[in-house]
Amino acid sequence: MDVAASRPRRRFGPALTLVVAVAVAGVALWVGMSLGSSPPPTFQERVQAVAAGLRCPVCQNLSVADSPSELAQQMRADIGSRLRAGQTPQEIRQFFVSRYGTWILLSPPRHGLGILPWATPVAALVAGGLIVASVLRRRSRAGPSAGEPLTASERERIRREVADLEEPD
Amino acid sequence: MTPEDRSPPDRRWRWAAFSLVPIVGLAALLGFGLGRNPREVPSVLVGRPAPAFALEDARTGQQVRLADLRGHVVVLNFWASWCADCVTEHPSLFAAWQRYGDGGAVFLSVLYQDREDAARSFLRRYGQGWPDLLDPGGRTALAYGVSGVPETFFIGPDGRIAAKQAGPSSYGLLVSRIRSLLPAENPA
Repeated sequence: MDVAASRPRRRFGPALTLVVAVAVAGVALWVGMSLGSSPPPTFQERVQAVAAGLRCPVCQNLSVADSPSELAQQMRADIGSRLRAGQTPQEIRQFFVSRYGTWILLSPPRHGLGILPWATPVAALVAGGLIVASVLRRRSRAGPSAGEPLTASERERIRREVADLEEPD
Repeated sequence: MTPEDRSPPDRRWRWAAFSLVPIVGLAALLGFGLGRNPREVPSVLVGRPAPAFALEDARTGQQVRLADLRGHVVVLNFWASWCADCVTEHPSLFAAWQRYGDGGAVFLSVLYQDREDAARSFLRRYGQGWPDLLDPGGRTALAYGVSGVPETFFIGPDGRIAAKQAGPSSYGLLVSRIRSLLPAENPA
């Protein structure tokens, strides 16, 4: 039998498995996040939710929700009075951005330059997936057909060794 | 010769060089970030209308409204008696007020996260002739994006914030900022 002639079909299996696994993980994460909070949040929780997205200006890597500083306390009180006045969390965030800049947001905005930190991991994941898929495809293509065709003596040796394996005595 | 025929080491070098690009880019970005002062909060208010306020003067009990000061240069200083830099800054503010207080510039101080009695004894000791405003709940400080004291805002006659100084202002800085905002015929 000519080994070179019996090239198997391209194996997309591993790449496809990877794509499906990533898609399933993404959907599971999204469902899990959207089902996270069932009872309606209390007023304090609403204040904390807004404060958690704002950076404490006098701390290192602490949110307004987590900081015990006096400024963070004043900011939480301000958030509370704005919520009571009927402002939405988005309007309150916008107020702080208009006074401190986008620097005040712990998560960068999803527009303008702020899109970069959001898009980079996705782009890196896609690029990594493409690289893995191309390597797998190349290996599956190169595997059985690599190198020179077997010589008659090599083929004879393989046949002998396989026969030995099947009949050890 | 097709790309398939290219020797493996050649391709490997190309891949190595290619994958170094994002790593070097990321390292450069991090290096740039590390070189900057993490406490420096850039002000987005410069060039925009100064947020309005109506605050009580701790000395006279009178209300001071920013809207009433349109047409004047306003030097708005956030300070506290517990702040060491404010002690350093005070003589400069005092000297600038003596020079420009009657010449078109209005000086206002806003007490930041401090007790009224502590502020009063500070001012008795170091002297002050301009209003010292009380800011209950720090709402005016938040409206100005203040993140520490001292911070000084220079408001032009048009009611817009022309400049902000985070940290102590020197006499020279105060004078040059005020002069740049005063009408040309009245630079004192």
